[in-house]
Amino acid sequence: MKKTKYLLPVAAAGVLALTLSACSGDGGGGGSTAGSDNCSAYESYGKHDGKTVSVYSTIVDIEATNLEESWKQFEDCTGITIKYEGSKEFETQIGVRAQSGTAPDVAIFPQPGLLATQARAGYLKPAPKTVSDLVDKNWSPDWKKYGTVDGTYYAAPMLANVKGFVWYAPKTFKDKGWEVPKTWDEMIDLSKKIAADDKNMKPWCAGFESGEATGWPGTDWIEDVVLRAHGPEVYDQWVAHQIPFNDPKIVESFDKAGDILLNQDMVNGGFGDVRSILSTGFAQAGQPVLDGTCAMHHQANFQAANWPAGTNVAEDGDVWAFITPPIDESKGKAVTGGGEMVGAYKDTAEVQSFLAYLASADFANNRVKLGGVVSANKGLDPNNAQSDLDKLTVKILQDPETVFRFDGSDLMPSAVGSNSFWKGIVQWINGTSSQDVANSIESSWPKS
Amino acid sequence: MEFIGGKLLQVVIALAIFAAVIGIIMLVVDRAPKSVKDRVTVAGFLAPAAILMLVGLVYPAIRTSTLAFTDASGNGNGFDNFVWMFTQPEALTTLRNTVIWTVLVPLLSTSFGLAYAVFIDKARGEKVLKSLVFMPMAISFVGAGIIWKLVYDYRGPGIEQTGVLNFFRDALGMDPKQFLLDAPENTFFLIIVMVWIQTGFAMVILSAAIKGVPVELVEAARLDGANAWQQFRNVTIPGIRGALVVVLTTITIATLKVFDIVRTMTAGNYDTSVVANEMYTQAFRAGEPGRGAALALVLFLMVLPIVVYNARVLRKQREIH
Repeated sequence: MKKTKYLLPVAAAGVLALTLSACSGDGGGGGSTAGSDNCSAYESYGKHDGKTVSVYSTIVDIEATNLEESWKQFEDCTGITIKYEGSKEFETQIGVRAQSGTAPDVAIFPQPGLLATQARAGYLKPAPKTVSDLVDKNWSPDWKKYGTVDGTYYAAPMLANVKGFVWYAPKTFKDKGWEVPKTWDEMIDLSKKIAADDKNMKPWCAGFESGEATGWPGTDWIEDVVLRAHGPEVYDQWVAHQIPFNDPKIVESFDKAGDILLNQDMVNGGFGDVRSILSTGFAQAGQPVLDGTCAMHHQANFQAANWPAGTNVAEDGDVWAFITPPIDESKGKAVTGGGEMVGAYKDTAEVQSFLAYLASADFANNRVKLGGVVSANKGLDPNNAQSDLDKLTVKILQDPETVFRFDGSDLMPSAVGSNSFWKGIVQWINGTSSQDVANSIESSWPKS
Repeated sequence: MEFIGGKLLQVVIALAIFAAVIGIIMLVVDRAPKSVKDRVTVAGFLAPAAILMLVGLVYPAIRTSTLAFTDASGNGNGFDNFVWMFTQPEALTTLRNTVIWTVLVPLLSTSFGLAYAVFIDKARGEKVLKSLVFMPMAISFVGAGIIWKLVYDYRGPGIEQTGVLNFFRDALGMDPKQFLLDAPENTFFLIIVMVWIQTGFAMVILSAAIKGVPVELVEAARLDGANAWQQFRNVTIPGIRGALVVVLTTITIATLKVFDIVRTMTAGNYDTSVVANEMYTQAFRAGEPGRGAALALVLFLMVLPIVVYNARVLRKQREIH
């Protein structure tokens, strides 16, 4: 009997100890403050020895390594330790973490819509003046708009990507004597020709599977068609819900994309029928372009990283890409794209200093030099772009003729942009009509 | 090294504080005047648990309940969220699926578990046979989801199949099937995963209960000329009723909360969503915490009667013994 008297407190203490050790986050490894020779460029960011800034974003794997590399010198020179964490679950987890009071200091949002949700909920701190000034200097007013919520400026853009590239194998095109299409109609004609010519090759391959985000690559298709067929004004109205989601123009755009995606003869090279688009991972979907079971694949510039190691991405290499051609040429050279917005949950001196660095041209140049990404920062030297594709992307972004519009689903409220639009695409590919899908997305648009 | 030392020190300090607090409570309780001693003792030992209950259970429950009547920007909107839940076709599908899950999973896993427990009872190699069925219990729902997703994998006709089931269909000359995309049967393919996990649990508990049925009763029944089915029906079943209720209710509650399997395998697409998954999606991805809270509330109301029933049966049994 005597023994049991001590058992409970000991057990309780054990549990407590376990809980404590689980809760106390690792205080971060020793940030070496070795004074580098070329720290003069970082003087304006001040000295913050021993301070830590936690950063959370969607960027993982090699991209994350490059990102950390791009602020290594900033860490060394300012004494700030950047604790970086990347997660594919960012879109949902950031909400969970903000609500539970464990938000990171800085979050890199891939969607302005999500940024707006977080800002309106009162979690985000407005951007400091230095950041706002840097953005005025380095970006076009459009980009500043994406970081502004209800008149308050919150977040600076970081990197940018261009969507709507159509990937193809130059060698296949050359062997078969196909030309890169200049208009949408030419592209459809070419697709029909491929479908008729070759039994073993489908004109297109596509994959929309992406875990709980399944469907998003399809939203890119629709956005590309809306912008190219109806121009930037209609696109802006659509995204801002000034015209309903089930406006005839939008439904018509679904049908136009459906000419390719819902046509058994057009898809899905190497994977199966139309519906196999839903069970094919977006990162693997392009592979059949290489082995010749499909001819074209629609995906953003980051597809360059999805090809197997050793694939030569160049105009005369294994794969290359052209921008989805115009549908109505009077509407200009339209491209959709995306980018990250850097928002902060804290406004301490070290966080502000880090935000200022990310908004600077120095950061853009440092990161782009490492390859794989570009930025719409005007201070970016195009010569720093590493690959042919990066150079092409910078050229498109910096071309004054380009009509650039941010990825629409990323601008819409999260209830649509990262929920019902994705789900709508899934239903659409799975057999629901364009009109029904548009109606159901329209009905999910938040009332307030 | 110094990093680990710091952590150890933290633990030691925390333990010391904990011991001190408990010590003080014990001291106070011990020193209390005789007249109020009992009440102080009860209060002294219940208070910490009660406070944790309030902070960890009661407060969130109240907060969720109020949240259920607000819109995305936190303003009250009356019963809008509930109206949405019972009118939107998508939300209705979610409710329908949850009902299908809660009916099928406990029924199937308990029947399979019971049948298996009866058949291998006293068989040679019982332990090995048992552990074979029990093993899936050790796999997390997410892990099981990923395993079965590979089993259901699909490639078009004429392309080399990567999924086990479609490989066999192919070998038998049938067309491959999109197991996870074809509604409504895809819900049943997901349910199989949960049954696969829970059967082991049911089997272990029921097997133990069967062994607890008095041998005398079984022998008496046999002497009376009861055949195997009659023995099972009239002796074994009444003998394990308590265990059956526990197994059924436990699995039912687990099934009502099912989330990981659906989220890993279909993310609620293709008409397979269930309440717990939709709750998470609405609250954290769609930025509609009100709708999420409303779904949570409905889920809570669905679980409540089962918990009450479970507690009742257990209490009744204790009275008998």
